Parts: sequence; C-alpha cells; structure tokens
Amino acid sequence: MLKTRECRILILNKKNKFMKLLKLVYRNLVGNGLKTWLNVFVLSLSFVLIIFMQALLQGWDRQAMRDTVKWEIADGQYWSSKYDPFDPFMLDSAATPFPQQLNNDFETGQIEPVLILSGTIYPSGRSMSVMMKGIRPEQKLLELPTHLLKNDDDSTDIPAIIGTGMSHQSGLKENDVVTLRWRDVNGTFEAQDIRIVGVFKTFVPAVDIGQIWLPLETLQHMTLNPDKATILIKSKEVAQASIEGWNFKDVNELTKTLKETLRSKMIGQSIFYIIFLLLALLAIFDTQTLAIFNRQREIGTLVALGMTKKEVMSLFTLEGTLNAVLAVILGAIYGVPLFIYYAVNGIPMPSSSGDFGLAIADKIYPAFPPKLIIGTIVFIILITALVSYLPARKIAKMKSTDAIRGKIQ
Amino acid sequence: MDMKNDSIVKVNGLVKKFPIGSAGYFTALKGIDLTISEGEFTGLVGPSGSGKTTFLNIVGTLDKPTHGQVRVLNKNVENLIPAQAAQLRKEEMGFIFQSFNLLPVYTVFENVEFPLLLLNIHSDERKKRVMESLEWLGLTSKVNSRPAQLSGGECQRVAIARAMVKRPKLVLADEPTANLDAENSHNILKTMVKLNKELNTCFVFATHDEKVIGYLRRIIHLEDGSIAQDTRVQNPDSQQEK
Repeated sequence: MLKTRECRILILNKKNKFMKLLKLVYRNLVGNGLKTWLNVFVLSLSFVLIIFMQALLQGWDRQAMRDTVKWEIADGQYWSSKYDPFDPFMLDSAATPFPQQLNNDFETGQIEPVLILSGTIYPSGRSMSVMMKGIRPEQKLLELPTHLLKNDDDSTDIPAIIGTGMSHQSGLKENDVVTLRWRDVNGTFEAQDIRIVGVFKTFVPAVDIGQIWLPLETLQHMTLNPDKATILIKSKEVAQASIEGWNFKDVNELTKTLKETLRSKMIGQSIFYIIFLLLALLAIFDTQTLAIFNRQREIGTLVALGMTKKEVMSLFTLEGTLNAVLAVILGAIYGVPLFIYYAVNGIPMPSSSGDFGLAIADKIYPAFPPKLIIGTIVFIILITALVSYLPARKIAKMKSTDAIRGKIQ
Repeated sequence: MDMKNDSIVKVNGLVKKFPIGSAGYFTALKGIDLTISEGEFTGLVGPSGSGKTTFLNIVGTLDKPTHGQVRVLNKNVENLIPAQAAQLRKEEMGFIFQSFNLLPVYTVFENVEFPLLLLNIHSDERKKRVMESLEWLGLTSKVNSRPAQLSGGECQRVAIARAMVKRPKLVLADEPTANLDAENSHNILKTMVKLNKELNTCFVFATHDEKVIGYLRRIIHLEDGSIAQDTRVQNPDSQQEK
C-alpha cells in the first residue's frame, strides 16, 4: 500500500518536473522569436518533403503493383518448366501441352493459357524482333482488350493488338498491316501479314514493349503447336494445384523484380531528402551548439537558481526536440491541404516516364498511410532529440562557477 | 558539531586549491574559520584574488572545498551530492551577480517567477509573490519588459527581486554594484538593507566597492586567502541614512 503511494508520488514528481521543463522550454522557444521559427520552418519543410516523396513512391508502388496484377499476372501463373524469360533461345521450345487436369478451369475461363514465341516484324521495311503472345480473345482475367482479336470480318490478315509503347517503337497504328515472320515447331520459317486491330494504353511495359498479342488458336496453328502453352494465368477463383511439368509462381514471386526495382529507385530518391533532412538537422545542431556556447551564463544561472546540470541538459535537449514538435504542427498546417490536393488530383508524370522501363501511369496518386506519417514524425523527432542531446552533453562538463561569469571558451 | 541555532554559515579550516596546469596548485583559501548568523549583513572585502568569490561559491554550493568543513543551513556542503546541493540552492538561497544574470528571453515577471516555478508553487501563489517582490523593488511598471529594455539599475533590482521572491534565509551577492553608477548602487543597497531588516534575511557580499562597505554591519577582510580582519560595525552608513 505504502509502496503504491510512494510510486504514485514519484510518478507525480516526474510529471511535475517534466511539465515544469516543458513550460520553461516553451518560454525559451517563444522568447527566441524569429530564430526559433526559422528552424521550425526548415524542419517542417523536410517533414513535408519526406512524407510527400515517400507517399509518391508508395503511390507509384501501389499503382504499379495494381496495374501489373491487372494486366499481366492476375492471381499467379503456372510456368512451363522449360520456360525461362531470360533465355530467348529456349523460348520456342518451352511450349508445353496444356495439362488435362485444368480442362474444366480452362473451359470456365478460370485458367488462361498464353503461348509465347519469338518472331520478327518488318514495319517500314526494317526488321524488328518481337515476342508473339497468343491468348484467347474471350479471356477475362487480364485487362488486355483481347476481344478485338475476334476476327468477325472476312479479312485474311491475322488480327493483332499492341500497346502504345510498341506502337511508338514500331510506328504501327491501328489498321496498319505488317509482315510477321516466325519459325514453326520444325524450324521452318513462315511469314504472313498481320493487321493491327487495336492499340491499347497500358502502364505495364511487360505486356507492351516488344509484344504482339495474337489469338491463341491462330498462333498455335501458325507455329504447329496445337494445344500448347508457355504460361497459364490463374484466376483467384481456382485453387493452386501441383501440375507436372509446370511450376506455379504466385503474385509475390512474379512482382519481386518490380518491387526490387522500386526499392532501388526509392533509395535513389531518398538521398535527395536525406540531404534536406541533414540540412535541417544541421541547423538545429548549429543552433544548439551555439546556444550552449552563447548561453553559458544562463546555464550557470539556472544551476545557481537550483537546477541540476542534468535538468539543464534535459531543458536544452527538450528545447531542441520541441523544434521538431512545432515543425510537425507547422508542417501540418500547410502540408495537409497539399497532401489532400495531390492525393485527390494526382501528380501528372511526363510522357517520357515510361522509358524508365517501369509501370508509370499518366498520373501518380500519392498514398499517405498512417504508418508512413506517424513513422516519419517519430523518426524525425527522435533524430532531432539526438541532435539536440549531443551538444547538450557539454553542459555536464561545464564548471558552474565559470559558466555564471561566461568565462568558458 | 557545536553550532549555535542561529548560525547560517559555519566554516572550519576551509581550504580551496585550484590546479594550475601540471605544475601544482594555487591556494585561493587558506584555512578559513568563520561563522555567519541569521539576519547578518556581512561583506567579504578584499582585493581581486583574495578569495572572496571562491568563498561565496563554496558557501553557495556551486563549488566544493578542498579541505575543511563548510556547514550551510545545517547541511555539510562537502558531503552534498549535486541534486542535494541544487535542492539547497533552490529552497534556501538567493544569488545576486555582478552582471545581473537575468534570463534574456524572459520578461521581468518571468525572471522573478523562475525560482518559484522550480519550487512547483501554484500559479496564483506565484503571481502574488512575484508582484509582492516587484512592489518591494519598485518594478511593477516593468512587469512585461525584457532585460534588454531595462537600465543596469533596474536589471539589478530585478535580480534582487528574483533572489528574494522565495524568501531565502541566505542571499549571496557577488559584486552586486560593480556594473552600477553611484546613485543606482545606493538605491540597491538601501533596498537590500530594508529587505534584510524586514525579512531577517542574511546577506553575504563579496565586494571591494567602498559604497557597499559603507552599508555593511560586519566586514571580513580577506587577504591572500586568509581572514586579515573581522570587524563589526555599530553604525554603518546604511543605518545612519535610515
């Protein structure tokens, strides 16, 4: 009982001491006037900038992931065990018979086979290597406008769709006819004209750059690969199964490269705002170091008036840290409306941004998850506290009698 | 220890040495024996380097003796840990410095209020006591001024108000008039004499200013770290002027 009471008194004393320090710190900060507000403003800029840049990258990350899943991956893929996307020489021999056990799912459209083979087109008299991808026109798993591949007219040209990136690369437009050459399964070269029946806009380069989408059956027929596929795209309606000759790749595995690329881009971007944060912290450190030198008489006086050196150290550390707290408040005043505006309206990306080789939309909508905001705030406050504490340690070594007279050099 | 009930400071064989480079020590105080009682208006007088400030610093628990016993307000200074020393200064002592040492970003009110804040005194009580102190010192019109807006004399009056606001038993004043002109010095000293009489606060000065010496009721001459003379004055100028 007594111990509980003592504990309570101890906690109350600690709370009183902290409140007392806080009051003194507040007075010092307000008393410092413009100097305080300059530090706070610079620090608030780094808060806003860090959160904004992170949010932009997170928004981009989310958008790229979402688009990649919608346009390329769906709920995962079965890859033929012979398929290696990094080995173009093996591509043509990776076509594997469609597994019988997935027939039902194929019929209900829950599994979509894609046949991937290499070919060459000759737009404007020049040759260009392409990846021919055969897919069923009626598929619903990917966003690709494959319905355009349904050959409703009497044209003898093979219908094909390409992305805007490919259109830009090859100079092909809708209704253009171009010669496509390929080798069939026996190695015999064949060629036929294909007609571009649609140009789709996507932010996923993997389904666009260097790709020509053709009707699956046509491609199978052209290359003498009946009932064969290279990959099988899975809907989330069907469970993952173990199939001989096929390896399942889930979304995480298939987006691993994308995530790594985004992470490396994030690190590159981070350098910019780390420099900015360092500048802000340097301002705090500089102010603190100067303050401890310039205010030594004040430090001595505080000790003479009854504060311990430890309390004075806490006072100076808290004073520096409170800069960060004020920066959060100031940053929120101008940052929150800015964040809301961009989260709603997005940030237009330059048209050449696709050249990064990454999925970049016309507009990126920054994402501001609470974890990002709280994490950044806590991180900067802690760093500021550390930067404020380092010069404050000097107080412990000061001789109060010299400090009172401002005699310390 | 044999000690009178009314003694505020009792010093036996106080020695203070300061290291000088690697060569040796400079002895600032050479075995001081002294008792200062409640309500005294005492001054340590002597030339620069005689040990006045060093003595004040040790009595004020800002420094530690090398040898000897120093008992201040029934506490042995040499045994106090920093937190206890700070507590003693906070509760029982007031300091007045040559350069006023006011907190520059605080107003007059806040400067005087500061010691009470450290004592966790309630805001209403704080306000009452601060205004009372400012009234004693005639500073009620300067409540919201900052030190930079005040004259030297006013600054020192604020410093006195800050030292007196918690009604300490002991006030240590190190050259309080060194930065003031004659008129301000007399005004300040008269105020301190008045406070000493009304509140029975013990004042100990370190000074070589003749104006201050004229008001002292006890003059302790220090020379080269030792007491050369300890004189009680029956009718100091301050008494006569009263």
